Amino acid sequence: MPSRCESLGDGPAFGRRQQTALGAPPAIGEYRHLRTSPPQVPPLSSRYSALSLARHALSPDLPWPPAWRSPEPKKSYDVIIVGGGGHGLATAYYLAKNHGITNVALIERSYIGSGNVGRNTTIVRSNYMIGGNTPFFEHSLKLWEGLSHDLNFNVMLSQRGQIVLAHGPGQLDSMARRGNIMRLNGIDAELLDRGEVMRDLPYLDYSADARFPIWGGLLQRRAGTARHDAVAWGYARAADGHGVDIIENCEVTGFVIENGWVSGVETSRGRILAGKTGIAVAGHSSHVAAMAGLKLPVESHLLQAFVSEPIKPFVHHVVSFGAELFYLSQSDKGGLVFGGHIDGFNTYTQRGQFPKVQTVAECAVALIPSVSRLRLLRHWAGIQDMTPDGSPFICRTPIRNLYLNGGWCYQGFKATPASGWCFAHTIAHDEEHELNRCFSLDRFAEGGELDEHGTGNWTYKQ
Amino acid sequence: MLRITCPCCGERDYTEFRYGGDATKKRPAHGTAEMKTWHDHVFLFDNPKGPHREFWQHVLGCRQWLVLERNTATNEPGVSRPAREVVDE
Repeated sequence: MPSRCESLGDGPAFGRRQQTALGAPPAIGEYRHLRTSPPQVPPLSSRYSALSLARHALSPDLPWPPAWRSPEPKKSYDVIIVGGGGHGLATAYYLAKNHGITNVALIERSYIGSGNVGRNTTIVRSNYMIGGNTPFFEHSLKLWEGLSHDLNFNVMLSQRGQIVLAHGPGQLDSMARRGNIMRLNGIDAELLDRGEVMRDLPYLDYSADARFPIWGGLLQRRAGTARHDAVAWGYARAADGHGVDIIENCEVTGFVIENGWVSGVETSRGRILAGKTGIAVAGHSSHVAAMAGLKLPVESHLLQAFVSEPIKPFVHHVVSFGAELFYLSQSDKGGLVFGGHIDGFNTYTQRGQFPKVQTVAECAVALIPSVSRLRLLRHWAGIQDMTPDGSPFICRTPIRNLYLNGGWCYQGFKATPASGWCFAHTIAHDEEHELNRCFSLDRFAEGGELDEHGTGNWTYKQ
Repeated sequence: MLRITCPCCGERDYTEFRYGGDATKKRPAHGTAEMKTWHDHVFLFDNPKGPHREFWQHVLGCRQWLVLERNTATNEPGVSRPAREVVDE
């Protein structure tokens, strides 16, 4: 058993990590190759480029080839990934790209892009401060920065900056601390005073009777948004280009377990054998893990998100309210995209409750009074794994050859690239990478909780 | 809107209640020393997709704890009973 995550405090952990046998996470600056290395992905004829765009524009009869195949499942694979969301797709891609494992099947119950990868608010950032989280989420943001080139697919990453607002001097102090920890880890962070926030976000309520006065904020300029569907499609196309079989409309109904080892899955399209099996079905982790007899520290909850009618460019950053869980950005189509906190009781319905709609609307108007007459265009809900400490799992399980990626709470989307990167490593080497060593299933038994907010276990049930 | 029938007060919006988690778990006996028992009690949940028995407290009403049967796949609420009756069984 490798040594547990040592650094649960504030300090940067890179120094200690470099001494371990597995190798350190790539140092800052080493990521450049990810932006420039030519993806071996699709053959030249199906690569997306200005030239191929012009060719198709001039020849309207020339159909674009499908972005990925629809193969029949084979009898067996080296690795099966259960779940075709962002994390499963990224895992399949990095298994092939980083570890040369291409005999991989990705099994999705519905169609690619139908689950949580298309149900989030598309925000990417790395403003974390607990030892196990900070390097992981920064690794993720760096992968985001090279992702469009890496996948030959425009994921429309827009590093417009995220500002988290402070509504009192104590909160601003805590943000200074967070920003310092980020900078010690090589992550960009800027502390803004009230005047600087007024300059960047002139539309907030700065009046004397504002419900939550604005004292300042913490800005991460490299944070922003990405087009979530493109992330799913880009990873699917790139993984397919490496030979991964993406099998849609195929539901896993059980695991083939012999002598305590998992050797495949039972599906709605028959038994498929595998050397190793990874679960990446966050939202339904308990449900799928139970098929293998595993009980997880997870409850499934709903998080709602909203889009307003489109308006002219207005919100140029990602803005996070500091007085409640509420966050806001503006999509390229002009709609204000915002979300709030979980509904508060476990459910798998994918239908949010109305009181939360009201709470979120109240937050929006408290922060930006001028949106009070905007109409909501759509609202939707995604099911997510809530864990006791709010941190995820990327790890081996007590069952041999079965690996778990889940427990993403409300932070799954931004983690997509690093999650797949680390999960692929964990599966390929049967060993966690330094970046995900803290995300183990046994951390609660071992005193290794990753409580980013310092609020204790199961916050919403306290 | 999820509507919960409080045994004392009748049917109300769920916003009057506070969620209390899985009610099928039994608290380990006082003096239990084994850490695994406590770990499993505090951290591990069945989290089923389907029928679920759970605690709620009517915080904006009679403040009584109750045990509700609810289907987590549909949110359809079923029988609710005072928690003390269920726990004493």
